[in-house]
Amino acid sequence: MIRIVTIGMNHRTAPVELRECLAQDSENVPRALAAMREDPAVREGMFLSTCNRVEALYTTQDPEAARRGIHSILTALSGLPEQEIQAGLYEMEGMECVHHVFNVASSLDSMIVGEPQILGQFKEAYGRATQERMSGVILNRLIHRAFHVAKRVRTETGISDAAVSISYAAVELARKIFHDLSGRKVLLIGAGEMAELAARHLLGNGVSHIAVANRTFSRAVQVAEAFRGTALSFEEIDAELLEADIVITSTASAGYVITRDQVKQSLRKRRNRPLFFIDIAVPRDVDPRVNNLGNTYVYDIDDLKGVVEINRAQREQEAIKAERIIQEEVLRFERWLKTLRVVPTIVDLKEKVESIRRAEIQRSLAALGPLSREQMHAIDVLTASIAEKIIHDPILTLKRKAERPTRDQVLDMTRQLFHLDEPESASSGACAGARTGEKPGTGDDETSVPPPLEDAGGRRKSEPHG
Amino acid sequence: MAWLLFRLALILILLATGGMIVFIVRQRKSVFTWSYRILFAGFIVHTLFLAHQFVVLGTAPVLNLKSALGFFAWTITGAYLLFQLRFRLMVLGSFIAPLAAVLMILSTSIPGGEVVAVRPLFKSLWLTIHVLTVFAGDGMFAVAFAAAVMYLLQEHQIKRKRFGSMYRRLPSLDTLDAINHRALILGFPLLTLGMVTGAIYAQQALGSFWRWDPKEVWSLITWLAYAVLLHERLTVGWRGRRAAVMSIACFLLLIFTFVGISLISSDYHSFRSLEGGVTP
Repeated sequence: MIRIVTIGMNHRTAPVELRECLAQDSENVPRALAAMREDPAVREGMFLSTCNRVEALYTTQDPEAARRGIHSILTALSGLPEQEIQAGLYEMEGMECVHHVFNVASSLDSMIVGEPQILGQFKEAYGRATQERMSGVILNRLIHRAFHVAKRVRTETGISDAAVSISYAAVELARKIFHDLSGRKVLLIGAGEMAELAARHLLGNGVSHIAVANRTFSRAVQVAEAFRGTALSFEEIDAELLEADIVITSTASAGYVITRDQVKQSLRKRRNRPLFFIDIAVPRDVDPRVNNLGNTYVYDIDDLKGVVEINRAQREQEAIKAERIIQEEVLRFERWLKTLRVVPTIVDLKEKVESIRRAEIQRSLAALGPLSREQMHAIDVLTASIAEKIIHDPILTLKRKAERPTRDQVLDMTRQLFHLDEPESASSGACAGARTGEKPGTGDDETSVPPPLEDAGGRRKSEPHG
Repeated sequence: MAWLLFRLALILILLATGGMIVFIVRQRKSVFTWSYRILFAGFIVHTLFLAHQFVVLGTAPVLNLKSALGFFAWTITGAYLLFQLRFRLMVLGSFIAPLAAVLMILSTSIPGGEVVAVRPLFKSLWLTIHVLTVFAGDGMFAVAFAAAVMYLLQEHQIKRKRFGSMYRRLPSLDTLDAINHRALILGFPLLTLGMVTGAIYAQQALGSFWRWDPKEVWSLITWLAYAVLLHERLTVGWRGRRAAVMSIACFLLLIFTFVGISLISSDYHSFRSLEGGVTP
């Protein structure tokens, strides 16, 4: 029986030093794929490598051998001793693995839950796998379902739109005020890790320019250099208030650095363009009364923490919704996988009937005497349609039973009734079928799956019954 | 036939409004897409109805309060569709469609028979242009009004730092202010043009440009209010909350001028005298 397995490490199971060893080299993905292809135990495979996650996803009939193979591939790629690698690995199989894959694609397993990059990385990894012809019926289907699930989670839950860190919350608020941050200017007063993080996020979201003011000018120059911005002295803040759109304050000053009058005077000259103060300092740098001025918004650290709290609570709600979607989809996938199990028997059945038909035609041709092309054709059509009609109902029954618990009995019965398991011919191992030939996207049609997925050995050699 | 079209337009607009309201609650994009299509269909049907009326009556089909309300609903829908093209802001529909729907319902529920014959006085191109431009301007102001209401809702949440369910659903302050601004800039020239053509029509039909009847006076006041708002916006740089409040006040004034004065006054602008269109 085919198993779907994933072995890998993420930000929870392995420290960054370990993940780095594997994720650093971009050539590792093709290397891993090549190694997986060489491994006879691995039928289909995909290799996902991001800065927070390294994962091999594969299907196998021999889980033990495949595990050993994957472990040695990971060890070889990292260049570390095997024990060290193994300590950080997780392994999941079957529906647990499917659940995990859906979780990863939907960004529920990410370090920052809901971050959108993972889906792109996932798509890239899948693209590689199809290029290398390492994806087959099951992986194709699984990955396409994963994309579908990710889309559902994104559109049906709010999991990806709630910011859960202070600097993200600040960016989100800025977006609700300014809409588009490109071309906006930021004034950073003071320095500090959180303030610089907020500034960096704003820059990452399109802010065009950052000015840095500090009581010690040399420090301002230093920070400004890091942001490719301009350095200002403290006295220049007034003038810069006319230009800036977003002001981040984070000084150690005991009193207010920005007073109400100061802002009020600038407002008219600014032609009332909105001004957003992000006050990360404790004690506060911006007079809270500034918030009462028109088109001016002041958020201090507590306000931002409040936003984050709300978002966190909301996200937990959304995570429940997302989990429901994923479970639903896992069940659906499981159902599909089960229908897949009846496919080999159906294929065998069809082949057996076809071979009987051919043999019987051959045998009767001599008795019929010379025939025209049309007559030959008519006989062909006639016999084919009789054969098809006879096995039509059994095939339908098999498909219907695919999800039922009685499936295996029905399969057994069918194989016995039609004598599908010839004892002398159940040996030769030919199970590479699932890996070859299929292109992504073809896995959606449930019955057009040609390769037998259970033990397919030599059953096609059926013979006519005299 | 005409009333069938109107009924159909009414049903479509109500349907679309219902959809838009469901959309703002459930946030399903497909709900919006369908509501938008239905609203668009409703607008087309409504346009056909008005075109038919125009052909039959030979003048802008705005001769009583009933038809005026319907016509207002039509320009509001049109203005919204225009803004939707430009801003692609789905939630705007949830605020504007109900406005059009309410006007449509009022229009059907107000008694007022079909105008059978129109006094030749009303069959003037100037009157048609007057009515069209004034109402087009009003439609724009309705969009400005809706954007202003949305702005105040959103601004309140950001200022007070209390985020309700609307916070995520409403767009950024900047977008809402831009819509308000754009709607004013489009609406004001239309209103101005409407007043000028109205004066020209009055000169032709009644012999004087300006007769100081209450509707004219209040229209002038409304026009001045919008002029002040636009001036402050363009020269002083008013924006945000103050501009939003002012544009809401202006719109209320406009509604008062539109409905209130028409009902109170008995002068020639009142719809009561227009209904007298039946007299030969």
